[in-house]
Amino acid sequence: MEQALQQFRDRIASATVTKTPLRIRGGGSKDWYGQSLQGEVLDTRTHTGIVAYDPTELVITARCGTPLAEIEAVLAERNQMLAFEPPHFGPDSTIGGVVAAGLSGPRRQAVGAVRDFVLGATLMDGKGDLLRFGGRVMKNVAGYDVSRLLAGSLGVLGLITEVSLKVLPKPFHETTLRFAMRKTETIEQLNRWGGQPLPISASAWHGGLLIVRLSGAEAAVKAAVQKMGGEEVSNPATFWAGVRDQSNEFFAAGNGHDNLWRLSVPSTTPPLAIKGEHMFEWGGAQRWLRTDADAATIRSAAEQVGGHATLFRGGDKKANVFHPLAPAVAAIHRNLKNAFDPSGIFNPGRMYNEF
Amino acid sequence: MNAPTQSSIPIERQREVVAALRNVLPDACVLFNEEDTRPYECDGLSAYRQLPMVVVLPQTEEQVVAILKTCRDLKVPIVPRGAGTGLSGGAMPIADGVVLSTARFNRILKMDPYSRTAVVQPGVRNLAISDAAAQHGLYYAPDPSSQIACTIGGNVAENSGGVHCLKYGLTVHNVMRVRMVTIDGDIVELGGGALDAPGLDLLAVFIGSEGMLGVVTEVTVKLVPKPQQARVIMASFDSVVKGGDAVAEVIAAGIIPAGLEMMDKTSSRMVEPFVKAGYDTDAEAILLCESDGIPEEVEEEIARMSEVLKSSGATAIAVSQNEAERLKFWSGRKNAFPAAGRISPDYYCMDGTIPRKRLAEVLTRITEMESKYGLRCANVFHAGDGNLHPLILFDANKPGEFEQAEAFGADILALCVEVGGTITGEHGVGIEKINSMCVQFTPKELEAFFAVKRAFDTAFLLNPDKAIPTLNRCAENGKMRVTGGQTKFAHLPRF
Repeated sequence: MEQALQQFRDRIASATVTKTPLRIRGGGSKDWYGQSLQGEVLDTRTHTGIVAYDPTELVITARCGTPLAEIEAVLAERNQMLAFEPPHFGPDSTIGGVVAAGLSGPRRQAVGAVRDFVLGATLMDGKGDLLRFGGRVMKNVAGYDVSRLLAGSLGVLGLITEVSLKVLPKPFHETTLRFAMRKTETIEQLNRWGGQPLPISASAWHGGLLIVRLSGAEAAVKAAVQKMGGEEVSNPATFWAGVRDQSNEFFAAGNGHDNLWRLSVPSTTPPLAIKGEHMFEWGGAQRWLRTDADAATIRSAAEQVGGHATLFRGGDKKANVFHPLAPAVAAIHRNLKNAFDPSGIFNPGRMYNEF
Repeated sequence: MNAPTQSSIPIERQREVVAALRNVLPDACVLFNEEDTRPYECDGLSAYRQLPMVVVLPQTEEQVVAILKTCRDLKVPIVPRGAGTGLSGGAMPIADGVVLSTARFNRILKMDPYSRTAVVQPGVRNLAISDAAAQHGLYYAPDPSSQIACTIGGNVAENSGGVHCLKYGLTVHNVMRVRMVTIDGDIVELGGGALDAPGLDLLAVFIGSEGMLGVVTEVTVKLVPKPQQARVIMASFDSVVKGGDAVAEVIAAGIIPAGLEMMDKTSSRMVEPFVKAGYDTDAEAILLCESDGIPEEVEEEIARMSEVLKSSGATAIAVSQNEAERLKFWSGRKNAFPAAGRISPDYYCMDGTIPRKRLAEVLTRITEMESKYGLRCANVFHAGDGNLHPLILFDANKPGEFEQAEAFGADILALCVEVGGTITGEHGVGIEKINSMCVQFTPKELEAFFAVKRAFDTAFLLNPDKAIPTLNRCAENGKMRVTGGQTKFAHLPRF
């Protein structure tokens, strides 16, 4: 493994000399995510393998190129999981890519996002130095929490070579319920439920149907079913995989005409009046929108309610994929970029044009 | 540390800074007479004291902006301070600096049961949020043991935990948004009302940054439904190894208890006469294992956990039958610190985290250190997440004992790092553990931390000289990692 790291170091050194950007890439399953791809591919899949996993410690440590599928299989053997349910977007997804992309799946609403499960990370910076942040333990406040900062950093700060993630046991029991419900009522209902001690672990609304998953002790799930009503869904695993991996009919139906937008808004935000096809997740906090509406309209609608909008798939990537940053926040971004990647060789322009 | 008094700061400098601050603040919000500033000379780590040059008590964000701009112009370092309950000296003043206290910046701005969020000013007490949310059946989950006094601003600075954080998370998992002012006087929003924000996750790096990156003016916290019921199992073990194994077995059985705490025999013998919690004082280890939720769920989980604890060799098991009994079982654990103060003139609370499976080994080596330093040590353990609090008992009036206690503590922290853990789980580095940072991190990693600080605090004036040691400091203290026979500070001059 030292050899793989040395190769990374050599690539970084020569990229710095020749001023050739490096495009950090695992399985390439999310090449479509973010802004433009620039530079020569730096393939992380020479650095693979699970370094440590002890189920009773609830921590797994793996090198960046380790396939997500391998990690999930190892965890499943011990009845554990990556609770933030990262989307796969294909069989080649790597754990480094999962952390760098920072995308979470349906269970995010109940347990937290990728960043909430990052306990530690090793970063190879623009000088080729390996920097270890965080650790392999649950609680750690020594030094700034740079490891969580790397979740969703899209490789702009450096190459994540290793990560330690908190894992959780799979729930003892799960039931998925279906409700016929309109948009506005759905948002209200999800927020009312959110204020009650109900074991809701996922929610998805589209086309007049609200699907809700309950997870936990059998007694808790059964009591919630009694309270909430609804109709039990017969093939829940397939349904939630379709949401998680964006392979269901809502996401598939885009077929190149529409752009897919992701709106992250306060969960209580009433349905936004933007033309197109809407889907809700995360108790109303994540809204998917298939539309040909223009970017300015969508961004301003998200901003008005205190949220932000991402051009997730399709569209013109040259005009910012991610929501513009406030000037003071952008300044901190620039400073961090300069600190970790002074030559600007890692994934330039993948997050914002200016770095 | 007790050295410099106010007189070592030129009076002209103090006058200059006070005058500038009085230009932007009401006179009553600027303290500089010794009798007024004395209460701010230390935080919960009272062994380290320093009288500040000036104390300011802003009540509005505009005032915070004005204070920061003034201090930046005059190059005055600023130490933000909440309730001053911190245990690592993070709020210890700087002799020629300003202490910015949030004591009067303490209003709950919004309590919204529908979105399950509260917007509060930094000086609001942790428990006051839960108290205000209670009428809606909601509460703020992180519950550091100082929650009756500590403030949310301080919690953000330290990324505070509590006894329930294995299940409910730390501050970083429960704060959605922080509004803060940078040293340049810019107002910055990190996070937001949504579950994420565009760009890098600056909120994640800000939480736990010990007041070194910006001054918090507003915090949006997540509120969660209050569990209908909680019950706790008290289990005795005839060895700490068995107690530690039982914890692992509970986790392996797929259970995440609401609380999972362990005490060694020294601790239970220390607290039992004091609180009469009913602890088995012959047991080598006592485990408290809590379940919460709806009654049916609690019953199911308690049964499952009891079974695991029995098969792991518990010599006795008791389950709380009502809320009064639950609180009684917890009272010993919650009073471990005061009990230490009762049996010993002074105590020093450590805060390392270790991989749980190394617990028995770590406790054995701490026992060996007790003989080496001639001091007793009681161990309480957030067993669920591996956070160990050794309480070193000493008498500061006996010459040399404080120094012995400090050396003992530093040894424990080095041991935590050696077994793959960390020098601080929840109390922060502050001034207390700053030398131990040299053991845990390489010079390049420390440089990276400084770079992060500069990315936010361009003038390097916010709580400087805390948490991150300079390389010279590491070299001077001789605290360094030696890997493969090579010191990591080979490039620095030796003393």
